[in-house]
Amino acid sequence: MRVFRLQVNGDTVEVAAPEHWTLLEVLRYKIGLTGSKQGCDKGDCGACTVLLDGVPTLACLSLAATVETSAITTIEGLLPAHRANGGEGADPVQDAFDRCGALQCGFCQPGMILSAKALLAKNPNPTSQEIKQSLSGNLCRCTGYTQIYEAVVLAAKGEQV
Amino acid sequence: MLRLPKFEVKNPSTVEEAIAMMHAIDGEARFLAGGTDLNPNMKHRLFTPERVVALGGIEEMFGITQQEDGSMRIGAMATLANVASHAELGLAYPALSQAALLVSGPQLRNMGTLGGNVMLDTRCQWYNQTYFWRSALGFCMKKDGTKCHVIEGGSKCVAAASNDTAPALMTLGAELEFANATGRTRMPIADLWQADGIWNKKVAHTELLVAIHLPKPSADQRGAYGKLRDRGSIDFPLFGIAIRLDLDAQGTIFDAALCAVALQARPWPLKKAAALLCGTKPGEESFTEAVEQVAALAAKQCRPMPNIPGDHEYRHAMVSVYTKRALLAAANGDGPVHHV
Repeated sequence: MRVFRLQVNGDTVEVAAPEHWTLLEVLRYKIGLTGSKQGCDKGDCGACTVLLDGVPTLACLSLAATVETSAITTIEGLLPAHRANGGEGADPVQDAFDRCGALQCGFCQPGMILSAKALLAKNPNPTSQEIKQSLSGNLCRCTGYTQIYEAVVLAAKGEQV
Repeated sequence: MLRLPKFEVKNPSTVEEAIAMMHAIDGEARFLAGGTDLNPNMKHRLFTPERVVALGGIEEMFGITQQEDGSMRIGAMATLANVASHAELGLAYPALSQAALLVSGPQLRNMGTLGGNVMLDTRCQWYNQTYFWRSALGFCMKKDGTKCHVIEGGSKCVAAASNDTAPALMTLGAELEFANATGRTRMPIADLWQADGIWNKKVAHTELLVAIHLPKPSADQRGAYGKLRDRGSIDFPLFGIAIRLDLDAQGTIFDAALCAVALQARPWPLKKAAALLCGTKPGEESFTEAVEQVAALAAKQCRPMPNIPGDHEYRHAMVSVYTKRALLAAANGDGPVHHV
């Protein structure tokens, strides 16, 4: 066991876990943040995507022992961060996904939203090609990509439907 | 759910510390860069080290810097995303930039490193599977067994080099800076490989790739990378080819290099094919004719095997197609070449 000192969604969390555990395992099974999904568990699907210092990263292939110096953002962190910044309602990207019906089963959605958040933080007005490329590491088993892309466009416009 | 085997993690802050930690254990230890290859492989029990030496805290291994002599030093821990988005690298070494851009998907490029891609384990559809899957087949000679499932009765492992950036670095004449227990060494990347899919490198896994050095390009050096894959993202190459063309002031090619990947255990330089391009001039008939000859010769010299996913006859049919497209892209300053 090793005590990890992780910076998760703006909080510093001290958590004891086996030294060889992945970040995803520590998030889900020690901290209780189950929003990051355990899909293929080997880097193919993107369901476990979290942001490390704002950069989309796969938690299933990251050792907890190597991310202690990074600011970790999971899907659970978006709404509190939005509210702390004076926002109302849901996080704008989450809201856009909701309004566009950009999900069927929802399993890919946390990863999709975090990839979209990172894109929009870097590039507030992406082209449709840039949106597709930025989300190309996230697989949707229900193949609901069209509405997902529409949601990112809507979030970029910042309009309320 | 795929769990990692138990190991301890060390976080050195210098190259020397990392080397010491690698050797200060009786059992097996492994260096961990981006983790995008080692971690899934450990989950599949292809590697079961007792210690993992994570390299993320070694400052010397990061950064992309131009040297005084015009050469470029890329720290081995520079991510593939760093390499792909680096403006100067893109202009000076387009084949490398394009190859890095086509590795896997965005998250894996954010994590995976150039050094890790060079040191990537070879891949085979009978090897990159879970322990349970492999056990059902009686394992293979690369791990836990004795048989080859690609070539019946084969005595040598033919798992394929599948690193997109390796052929690009081959065409560019890159030099690799390694650290080991006795100090530092530099070797041309062409000398790194051996034709053995079990371990396709002439350095041991206990040696640490610290940096990749690229020589200063000629005044009019062009390049491109072509990658065949099923999807527009995530997949390893089903075939990859890197091109370098050096043109003189009159626009005539005076030097060229081609290197293919995803065939056999080592990246595959096409020297005879490259020689056919010398003396030709892009935009003129001599070059157009040479491109056809090179594509035909590449198809003769590159023989995809049923070692990685994708029908090998289809992959073979695509060799000349991708070679031709990549050559034209290099000449025209375009690329990368892929189907989506």
